[in-house]
Amino acid sequence: MNPFTAWFALFFAAVFTQNILLTNYLGMCPFLGASREIKTSFGLGAAVVFVMTFTTPLNWILYHRLLIPLGLEYLGLIVFICLIAAFTQLIELVIERVSDALYASLGIFLPLITVNCAILGASLFMVARSYTFLQTTAYGFGGGLGWMLAILAMAGIRQRIAKNRLPRGLEGAGIALIIAGLMAMAFTGFTGITAPS
Amino acid sequence: MKTAARRLFLENLGANNPVFAQVLGICSTLAVTNRVRNTVVMSLGVIFTLTAANLIVSLLRRHIPARVRMMSEVLIIATFVLLFDILLRAFSPEISRQLGPYVGLIITNCIIMGRAEAFALSHPPGLSALDGLSSGLGYAYVLLLIATIREILGAGTFLEMRVLGEGWMPWTLLAMAPGAFFVLALLVWILKGWVLARPAAEGSPS
Repeated sequence: MNPFTAWFALFFAAVFTQNILLTNYLGMCPFLGASREIKTSFGLGAAVVFVMTFTTPLNWILYHRLLIPLGLEYLGLIVFICLIAAFTQLIELVIERVSDALYASLGIFLPLITVNCAILGASLFMVARSYTFLQTTAYGFGGGLGWMLAILAMAGIRQRIAKNRLPRGLEGAGIALIIAGLMAMAFTGFTGITAPS
Repeated sequence: MKTAARRLFLENLGANNPVFAQVLGICSTLAVTNRVRNTVVMSLGVIFTLTAANLIVSLLRRHIPARVRMMSEVLIIATFVLLFDILLRAFSPEISRQLGPYVGLIITNCIIMGRAEAFALSHPPGLSALDGLSSGLGYAYVLLLIATIREILGAGTFLEMRVLGEGWMPWTLLAMAPGAFFVLALLVWILKGWVLARPAAEGSPS
């Protein structure tokens, strides 16, 4: 397969078949907590796409060009989380300076991103699956988009059923989990497209 | 003081349970519960990290500047997770391989961050460690419940031992992602409905 198609195959796999949220369960807390309105979900989703697209390849560079030559692979965890925290902090500062409108729609979500497991998860899976740098760019971008797609779909459904009557124990998280389960079933249906490994 | 500590302990197991009442730390709840053995190891990791991180954060609470609070908490948590990861890799490499990145993801488990932020920063060390321990136990027993259901029905085994006869057709769906969501949803429904139905003044639910 030529590298271009391979890149896209991995990208689509990251968005659909191996959706980081619905098959690896990463980023569940904001997925359940911030999916009541499409507007909020969109802001959060965009922030995740942005941060994941950049931090995953950056972590690849750090891991393969710095940690492995120095024999410090076991420090990977701490280095990754520090880079993610520093990156979000930096971007927040930049956005605050550059544009008020962008800060209001994207910036307020950035601090939440540091503790979003999907972001750290993408970096850890990138190491565990020993992706090359090119593959990592596809995985980071696709993973972020897949997460955003899932939270947008969830918010859309929850807005529709907001006024419906539910059993008391099922309100909020309970029904959200059932919806997520149905969505996960639908996403398993995509398994026709598999990533070249 | 004694009764306050006792109430805190019971509340973290019941009405204030991190998994089914606050719905935090769901990522690992769903990801590792397909096998009971993995769940036990994961729970040990979370209990260890929660207790230790709460204790250290509480000891340092007067010295951490508010601006870099989050960052310091993340670093403290990451240190303990790293310790647990290295220990696990040394003593049972096979389980470490099966859990893969999920051990590292204890860092971003919202329960740990949440307890450090909401409790340890404003309470003395002893009580904070107890809070961490009880939250960890509250997390562990809900996970074990889910894992037991999923492993028995999804694979017909318990701790890798066959419990349902050879004729049992495994509910593969339960071992896969959708099953995890459904089992947790049902559990949240049942437990929340039960805890909510009792008046809060009664104190010690579950």
